[in-house]
Order: sequence, then structure tokens, then C-alpha cells
Amino acid sequence: MTLHDYAKTSFAGIRSNKSRSALTILGIVIGIAAIILIMSVGKGAENLILEEVRGLGSRTIIVEPGREPRGPSDFGEIFTNSLRSRDVEALRNPSYVQGLKELTPAVAGAVTVSYGSETKRTNFRGSTELIAKILELYPSEGSFFEEEDVKSLAPVAVIGADVKKELFGSSDAAGQKIKIEGRLFRVVGVLPSKGKASFIDIDDMVFIPYTTAQKYLLGINYFHAIIVQAETEKIVDRVARDIELTLRETHNISDPDKDDFHVMTQADMVKRIGTISKILSVLLISIAAISLVVGGIGIMNIMLVAVTERTQEIGLRKAVGATDKNILIQFLLEATFLTAIGGLAGVILGTALAFAAAVILSRTISLNWGFSFPVSAAFLGIGVAACIGLIFGLYPARRAALKNPIEALRHE
Amino acid sequence: MAFIEVENLEKVYSDGAVETPALRGVSFAIREGEFVAIMGPSGSGKSTLLHILGFLDRPTRGTYHFGGKTIDDWTDGELARIRNKKMGFVFQSFSLLPRTTTLDNVKLPLLYSSVHSSHHDELARRAIEAVGLAHRLNHEPSQLSGGERQRVAIARALVNDPDIIFADEPTGNLDSKSGQTIMEIIQRLNEKEGRTVILITHETYTAEHAQRIIHLRDGTIESDIPVHHRHEAKNHFIK
Repeated sequence: MTLHDYAKTSFAGIRSNKSRSALTILGIVIGIAAIILIMSVGKGAENLILEEVRGLGSRTIIVEPGREPRGPSDFGEIFTNSLRSRDVEALRNPSYVQGLKELTPAVAGAVTVSYGSETKRTNFRGSTELIAKILELYPSEGSFFEEEDVKSLAPVAVIGADVKKELFGSSDAAGQKIKIEGRLFRVVGVLPSKGKASFIDIDDMVFIPYTTAQKYLLGINYFHAIIVQAETEKIVDRVARDIELTLRETHNISDPDKDDFHVMTQADMVKRIGTISKILSVLLISIAAISLVVGGIGIMNIMLVAVTERTQEIGLRKAVGATDKNILIQFLLEATFLTAIGGLAGVILGTALAFAAAVILSRTISLNWGFSFPVSAAFLGIGVAACIGLIFGLYPARRAALKNPIEALRHE
Repeated sequence: MAFIEVENLEKVYSDGAVETPALRGVSFAIREGEFVAIMGPSGSGKSTLLHILGFLDRPTRGTYHFGGKTIDDWTDGELARIRNKKMGFVFQSFSLLPRTTTLDNVKLPLLYSSVHSSHHDELARRAIEAVGLAHRLNHEPSQLSGGERQRVAIARALVNDPDIIFADEPTGNLDSKSGQTIMEIIQRLNEKEGRTVILITHETYTAEHAQRIIHLRDGTIESDIPVHHRHEAKNHFIK
């Protein structure tokens, strides 16, 4: 029997009961569609986050307190107050860290801002004036606060486009006094809108000197982060290494496992996001895989029914010379074709849903959400579906192959 | 040497603890080109005998020589191949594939043969012409009469040019006129084409188309006698 004969025979089996075949593969269709959707949307989200991280600039290095968490139980390690002024002084020293261009300590928090009767809940960043250079912030109105403001703990603020719009509407904001947590601040600059394509939502943010923030808003004397910019991209890793060695010295740490800080370059962040998104994908795909197993059991069930229904056909085929192997292959191929068709339908459905999701996400929350067709996932989806047919079709096909031709012929 | 030779053939069906003997020591020989009818009431073991002769079942005890060789030497796969090449089956209930054209039904045995697929259509057409159904090539079983269906089944049995035809109550589901046509074809296959025919029936009249009748009762041979006044299907109006 040639492959063509097998294919013809198997397709005839599927065609002879179209609506049942269609219902049978529904589980497979849904499972594969879910996997394609997850992989495509996941890829879109990952790309978006990576774009954001790259937006930080490839020369940017971030130092955060606490050692890098190694697992959920380790999470508390992040909340420490290990980064202080002496660290900033040490890092600024060129004999410790070479190739460092800019450096600013940073603090952050959530606050209520108000102007007249308008109030708004927003986030603030406290830093030196250098944050403007690192994040490339150029006020469209007024100017960024200056070194002098940082030194003098001046109550000045640079506000994002959304904050300005909500508090001031279309009137000028520069020079006006706003209240942050009940304390008066002078607006010195307004940032142009960067659009919402940002996880660090610059538009919904207030920038103030870190000294002011530490003293009047937070009441702390440590930093939430130190943001560093290296002179060139090439030396980023070396600068990061220098920072680690310097901080270990200032913190009297000899064992790197006991670090109370961690240094992240853009490359590190990209890597970490990749890991997180992979873990998430695996998790979600495992859930979708359950639907595939359920679908596979459905296939097995229906194939068993089909084998019983077609007992006479099996007996006849054996009478005219079919071997057990011929029958086995016929039913196995039938199950495999059935699930492969389901896989194909799933890929098409999943791709359509992913495309719709990309369009809806881009329109409604104006994120720059890219649609990517996961070619590898498509092949994987059809392949996995076919394998399910092969695995769950084996038992019914064996039952068919081992049927006694006499009993099969007698069956009416 | 006889074409088919069985000696002390026994078949016991066991269903757990209960053993049911179907054949209790049957011996006979059939020459090549012979037309033999096997008769007997239901439960006499005639179907069991046909199944064993047609390699669809193996005997519990006794020997079976086919074409001079004992079937014990063959594997199931080899038996399937011989069944495909040298045997043709015609069943009472026709056993055609539903929703499948005459042409495709007749081609079925060729799928399992070594005949190259480029010859399948030609061979099937020839077999269909031989039973006079050339005008029903693309009809499905549901569009055919009972007699026509049985003729399709005969064409299917013929398509691999077998040496022997097993016919299990071929006229059992047919009216007398259709039955006559079927018997005429079967006689022609035997006389004109020299094929061995083994016919199972419980009707004396049908059995008398053969050259010889073996009567079975309770799994043993009651009588094995030649037919002196054979019916010629083409000359008779039956009943």
C-alpha cells in the first residue's frame, strides 16, 4: 500500500463524518490557538518592554540596594537602605571608577499634587539635574532644575505633560506654585508628551531634586537607586565591574554573596526580562497544554467509537488481504491527519486572535504594540497536534488492527 | 496432489471456561478447478470451515494443506498476502464500503497487493465489465439493487485474478432472479475460467449448481457426494 493510498483512505474516513470530525478536533484547535496567542502576545509584550529598556540608553547602569533576589523567598533582600551619600562620593572618584560620565542618586515615591482646586495622584522621581541628560528630558516650557537647586534643597519641580494638563489645562504652568503633599513647590519646567509608549511613564511624573525629596517628602537619608552613565557603550561592563568593587570596599564586603547592592546594565535587564517572559510563557503554555491533553483524550474516544462502527469495514479489508499493519497505519494516519488539521485550524485562529489583540491594544491604550507571527510556533503547533493524534490514536488503531476478521465480518 | 486438503480438522471456540466445538474432525480434498458446495443447517460448522479454508481463522487441531504446503508454515502476514493474491470472497451481506463508488470498491484488494497503482483502474474496470456493470462504475452501493451489489462484490473478488472463490451464501439476501444471475456468473467463473469455487449454502437448489456437495452436521461430514443432475443457471427459471 502506498502512502498516497493510505492518505486517500484516511481522508475518506475523516470526510465520511465531517461534523463529528470537526467537533472532535475542537479541543486541539482551542489548545493550539491558545498557545499561538500566548506566544505571539508574549513576544509583543517582551518586545515592548525591551524597547523601553533600550530607551534607557545602552550606556546606563543602575545600582540598587539589596542583592539581586534569587527567588521569591529572597525578595526581602531588595528593601534595604544600603546606598548612601558616601557611595556616591566614592563612585565619583575617578581613581575608583574610570569612564563614568554622569551619576545621580535617585529616590522615588507616590504623591498627591494639587493646584488650586485640582488634585492628582502621581509619581515623583528625586534626582540631580543630571537625570535630564541621562533620560534625555528637554522641557518644552521653562527649564530643568539646576545643580544649585539640588544643593539648596529647593522646592522646585519639573512636571510631565499629563500632570500639567490635569492641573493647569491649557494655561501656562511654568512659574506657578503647586502643592506636593501639602508643601509648596515652584514649577520650573514642563516636559513635552512622550506618548504612553512607556512603562516609566514620564508624562505622569514629577521630577524634583533628590535632596528636597529625601528631606521633605520621604524623610530618609538613603537612596532608592544610583543611576550612572558610562562614557561609551564599550566600557559599560568594565564601569559596572568598577562600581561593584568600589561599593564592596565602601561597604566592607569581602564575600560577593553577601552584597547589599546590585549593579544592572541594560544588557542585564534585557537578559532578566527575557528570563521572566520565558518563565511566564512556559507557565501559560503548560496551561494550554492541558487543553491539548483533554483534546487528545477526545480523539482517542472518538477513534474508539469509529473503530467499533467500522468493524465490518476492518473485517472486509482483512478478508481482501490487508495485514494488521495496514489497518494500524490506516487508523493511526486518520487520527494524525485529524489532529494535524486541528493544529492548522488552531494556528490560523490563534494568529487571527493575536492580530486582533495587537490591533486592540495599540488602539485602546495607544501602546506601540507590534504584531509578530510566530513562525516557529506555527510549525510547532501543527507538529504537536500531529503528535497528539499519533499518541492518542495508537490505542484505537491497535484495537482495530487486532480485530478478528471473522467477528468483524459477522458484526452487522 | 489436491489443491486443498484438510485432515481431521477441529475447531473449538473457548469463551473462558466454556468450550464450544464447531468442527470435530473434518477431512476432504478439493481438486483445482472443482466446484464444491458445502451444505448444512445453521450451527453445523459450515461458516467456520469456510473461514479456516479462507485463512481468516486457524484450526485448533488437524492439518490444512493449501497448494501442497501446510499453512502452519506461514505467518499471518504471508497468509494475508496469499488471501489477497489467490483468494476471492463473496459474502451474503455484500460487505461493500458505503459512500464508495463501484470502481473504488472493486479496487480495494488492489490497495493491499503488489500491483502498481497505475494498473488499478484498468484491472478494476475489466472485473466490473466481467460482471456486466460497466454502466454502474461511479454509482455508490446505496444507488444499486441487491443483485447489482452482489455483482460488485464478485468483481471485487475477481480483481486480483484469484485461483479460488469462496462464496458464503451469495444468494441469501437476493430475490430469485438476481440469485440466478449470481449463480450464472459463479458457474461461468468455474467452467469458463477454471477457478476453484467453494460455495456455502443451506438451500439444496442452490447447492445443486456445484459438481459436488459436502453435507455438514454438528461439525462432522454427514455425506460427500457428486451432483448427478447439475442445474445450469443460464438455462433455468428458478423456482
